[in-house]
Amino acid sequence: MTAERVDPRVPGDKVYGSVSEALTGLLHDGMTIMSGGFGLCGNAEACIEAIAGSRVKNLTIVSNNCGNQGQGLAVLLQNRQVARVICSFVGGNPDLAEQYLSGKVKVELVPQGTFAERIRAGGAGIAGFYTPTGVGTVVAEGKEVREIDGRRYLFERPLRADLAIVRAAVSDKFGNLRFYRTARNFNPLMATAAKVTVVEADRLVPTGVIDPDDVHLPGLYVKRIVEVPEHRDVIEHRTTRARGSGQRLTEATRTRKGRA
Amino acid sequence: MVRRAAVEVVPGQIVNLGIGMPTEVANYIDPAANVTLQSENGLLGMGPYPHEDEIDARLINAGKETVTALPGASLFDSAQSFAMIRGGHVDLAILGGLEVACNGDLANWTVPGRLITGMGGAMDLAAGARRLVVLQNHASKDGATKLVNRLTLPATALGCVNRVITDLGIFDVGGDCFVCVARAEGVSREQIVAATGAPVLFTTATSGR
Repeated sequence: MTAERVDPRVPGDKVYGSVSEALTGLLHDGMTIMSGGFGLCGNAEACIEAIAGSRVKNLTIVSNNCGNQGQGLAVLLQNRQVARVICSFVGGNPDLAEQYLSGKVKVELVPQGTFAERIRAGGAGIAGFYTPTGVGTVVAEGKEVREIDGRRYLFERPLRADLAIVRAAVSDKFGNLRFYRTARNFNPLMATAAKVTVVEADRLVPTGVIDPDDVHLPGLYVKRIVEVPEHRDVIEHRTTRARGSGQRLTEATRTRKGRA
Repeated sequence: MVRRAAVEVVPGQIVNLGIGMPTEVANYIDPAANVTLQSENGLLGMGPYPHEDEIDARLINAGKETVTALPGASLFDSAQSFAMIRGGHVDLAILGGLEVACNGDLANWTVPGRLITGMGGAMDLAAGARRLVVLQNHASKDGATKLVNRLTLPATALGCVNRVITDLGIFDVGGDCFVCVARAEGVSREQIVAATGAPVLFTTATSGR
């Protein structure tokens, strides 16, 4: 191995000109990658595409769904780059379901709240926590169960990763982040729990533009930033209501594509 | 069933509705009841589906359907969302079910060898919601009862269910039996007893019908 090319940029400069530059030197076989997003909502789409385009393989992916409907992280599954997935939900993801059932990919299913809290713990220096979720279920197999104040809890360990790819709405040059709507989901948690966090921001603004009170995630968690203005933001289930139908939630038309 | 389940929602409550039939309960909640819907992907104050020109790909519910946010809504990350759920701050969850046992155990996330979807947020909701109502058919498509003495399917959480609403009636879990608190229109006690895999007690409220 030759020494890595010396980065000519100013120390502390986190902004990269392209996604491939932002990922340079970070990808290797057998690594663990956290990817923000709930299904296809709030994905670092360009980072995923770049990882798919690299030849990196034998990956462990930590993500709530590992893509869906053949898109997003599901492309890494189609490319056979993934050895293991830690997630909470497989439904809607035929690639993951197929590779899980055929034994091509190992899947660790984690209850969604436990999944979120394990990542939070990983970023917060917490060695584990007791949760009531999963007691008496297959999730408890091999884990310590402890009764505290008359209720049984399961001991869960933190999750960490080599790399987190995070989608933000706005980043300043320090990496202070703002997220948009339900695209926030696991993104700010994962940003805290990896050795290196790469942020794919819809918009990059000068430092100081985001009011300190309005920062959703402080910039110290972020190592690299790349601005990607255009995203596909695929809608999995397009549900609408007709004009004049009032507040009723489901008097609606639905377009459901590629349901597993 | 869906209409009846809406009666479970008390004005002013914070409510999480599961994917599928439970989501439709929102149609029958009185808009004046000041009920706040929580969606575990990170939205409190969920509104109805958007009009066509309001669709926002990045504003979705836990079923990954496009939704809206009502005035007073808030958005947050998944750890915060499940802190609300596990911490007992969600008053009521209405979830779908595959099996409910009369001791309150719930199975609703997997059928080994047949249904591989993962538990998503179901285990956290079942363990954490202050009150849990399950909305499900009384029998499965192949006719097997879904109200059982002991679970045959892998559990979602133990002793978590308060009430089950089925096409045949409304049942509270009674430990070693189900307690029928209402029968559906035209359904007899005998039908319910025959269709249930555990003893059923009938309250006086259901005796005259």
